[in-house]
Amino acid sequence: MEHSYFFITMIYLAAAVIFIPLARKLGLGSVLGYLLAGMVIGPSMLGFIGQEGQDIMHFAEFGVVMMLFLIGLELEPALLWNMRAPILGLGGLQVLITTAVITGGALLLGQPLNASLALGMTLSLSSTAIVLQSLKEKGTLSSSAGQSAFSVLLFQDIAVIPMLAIFPLLAGASSTHKDGHTLRDNLPAWGQTLVVLGAVVVIIVAGRYLIKPLLRIVARARVRELFTAFALLLVVSISVLMSLVGLSPALGAFLGGVVLANSEYRHELESDVEPFKGLLLGLFFMAVGASIDFKLVLSMPWVIVGLVAALMTLKTIILLTLGKVFRISTEQNLLFGVALSQVGEFAFVLLSFTNQYNILPEATVSIMTAVVAISMALTPLLMMLYEKVIQPRFNVADRNTRQPDEIHLQEKHPVIIAGFGRFGNIAGRFLRVNGIKATILDLDSDRVDALRNLGEKVYYGDASRHDLLEAAGASDAKIIIVAMDTVEQTLEVVKVVRKHFPHLQMLVKAENIPDTYELMDLGVLHIYRETLDTSLRMGADALNMLGIRAYHAHRIASTFRKQEDKALKGLSAIRNDKKLYINTVKERIEELEKLMANDKVTRWNSPAQGWDESSLINEANEDQ
Amino acid sequence: MTKILILFAHPALEKSRVQAALLPAIKGMQGITLHDLYEVYPDLNIDVRHEQSLLLQHDIILFQHPFYWYSAPAIVKQWQDLVLEHGWAYGSTGTALRGKRIGNVITTGGQESSYDKEGWNHHTVEDFLLPFKQTATLCNMQYMPPYIIYGTHRITPSLIQEEVVAYRQMLEELRDGKSLTQ
Repeated sequence: MEHSYFFITMIYLAAAVIFIPLARKLGLGSVLGYLLAGMVIGPSMLGFIGQEGQDIMHFAEFGVVMMLFLIGLELEPALLWNMRAPILGLGGLQVLITTAVITGGALLLGQPLNASLALGMTLSLSSTAIVLQSLKEKGTLSSSAGQSAFSVLLFQDIAVIPMLAIFPLLAGASSTHKDGHTLRDNLPAWGQTLVVLGAVVVIIVAGRYLIKPLLRIVARARVRELFTAFALLLVVSISVLMSLVGLSPALGAFLGGVVLANSEYRHELESDVEPFKGLLLGLFFMAVGASIDFKLVLSMPWVIVGLVAALMTLKTIILLTLGKVFRISTEQNLLFGVALSQVGEFAFVLLSFTNQYNILPEATVSIMTAVVAISMALTPLLMMLYEKVIQPRFNVADRNTRQPDEIHLQEKHPVIIAGFGRFGNIAGRFLRVNGIKATILDLDSDRVDALRNLGEKVYYGDASRHDLLEAAGASDAKIIIVAMDTVEQTLEVVKVVRKHFPHLQMLVKAENIPDTYELMDLGVLHIYRETLDTSLRMGADALNMLGIRAYHAHRIASTFRKQEDKALKGLSAIRNDKKLYINTVKERIEELEKLMANDKVTRWNSPAQGWDESSLINEANEDQ
Repeated sequence: MTKILILFAHPALEKSRVQAALLPAIKGMQGITLHDLYEVYPDLNIDVRHEQSLLLQHDIILFQHPFYWYSAPAIVKQWQDLVLEHGWAYGSTGTALRGKRIGNVITTGGQESSYDKEGWNHHTVEDFLLPFKQTATLCNMQYMPPYIIYGTHRITPSLIQEEVVAYRQMLEELRDGKSLTQ
């Protein structure tokens, strides 16, 4: 069936708009929604889209590139350096062991050595797109399982480079490989290495000395879409450069992101690339869904089901073993194992290569393609299963073995602290040294274990679940301090508390102005912007060092804070339905401008009139 | 040599003319410790132990401050409330400050003539300082007559300089024991 461009675009967008809200409503994340949408519109079911699915997949893979760019942006070089041990150790071992085991398995199943090795390498990879998107959506990317998964995925992205180099060597005698389409192909080995290193150096040097000044120029032009265009150009150029030298564009984009991570335009880049990434990734997931050939699956269901099950079990076992070796706690390790159990999108690329090089016969390739796609589609389901079945059970088991904790809960602490990260733990420690006992709930199981080892009464659990809050004594408590790691989690907790425990006084941490507004909309009275007090204290100290009296600096900082609160409340009241867009950088800048304009009109730093004797002096002089 | 502790209190020194001139002039004088209360405790959170140990290291304590509503700025009261603890400064076992001398160094906006039964303030500065005097007595300290610079609302720059010189001289004499009362 031939369809116009617009028709296909319409089908894809409509499928997304229909399926994503539905999937979310049903509690399946957006990734699963996209996959389902793809399956439904794909050739196997409704057939709205046909063979062009493959092309779309290639195009949509660019979404993965953008995602890696964004992840790079959030990761400063120093942070990356700190992660070198898990990346090389955990990631390296995962790829090596999984490749070896699968190769062995394939050999046992009667495949020739070169095909077995190709399968082993292809199937050892996991899906960066699905895993990171799902973890991010569930807010577990910063947990130890999330960090470990990220390290492994990063290593896999690097490992693709040598794999691509090895594949031609595995090629059968009658290779139909086309002539060199990358710069490297006609070079000797040392030349290839040089080209690869050169490309990396180009990205780093250009990022430092070329892109940053360019960004400044583009930003100064003050044409909003120009910046977006430049951001896209940046990612596309990196991809082109990387493809030219035969490297993974995703890896290049990641590197580019890291180089720009500490640039002042980081957030602007982020917010500009973000929507494109979201759409393209969605498109990518839909293409994966559409690529599942149900006819093939139905013609040999047990072979495919068996392969998927065996493959995912094998990968999970290897991951769990490695997790154990790298001392990830059991509960986090399970998430780690489940999350990375699928085969990644790069397998599609590698599989098509195996076909090109005659390593695998066509039939095997299409079976494996179905297996890979199904394993990807299963991942969000498995993660949901983990979240709904394994994780809660873990908490119960955990609590049962720690009976004394239950007894202490009977004490009915007046305070519940939801989120014991950087912010919550200061408030918690402060309360504790003042003899106030608090029940602490936290979502990071490693942090919970660490704190428990220090003798803190911390409970692992999601504070946005009302049964868990109930168990933590919310009915009898007076105060809840909400200091979750992410804004989304904070809003969830606030909504649940408002609904089920309206008597609780809420003290809520906010990160920035937009979420302060959202909390105001939810009727939260006590909102604490994370950095406000500290930065004002710093400002006051700076004034003091410049010779302003400490007491005066202290007072004007305090006045400034009150004024800021008041101004925010005022602006919140007049912003109306603009809040939908408030997350964009432009809005944030506008907010800042409004606040600063407010600073000028308001005499927030007016001197204390009581201590100002000028009027008295004037009067005294008049009397003379 | 007598050791002098000056407890300086001015909440808005940036607005001041006379106290702002006195302060740098006495900074670094030998035998004199200048302790700027508002600068050290901008949040009025006074370190009681530190203050008490300072008191123990000195023989003469002077509150130097502008005369606000016939008394000292708020931090002086806060200081008194917290530092002069029962059982330390007063009470049956409170003998830490016994025998030390204490007094006020004051700048007033009004002229000397206004601090008089006939003037519009109706009382002398010494009258108004009665709580300081009794506090000293309760703490077994000897209260010295106040050192007062009157009429700062109309004072001229050259007069300020004269006051600075005079104040320095007074402190030197006090330190070297040349004058007993002041």
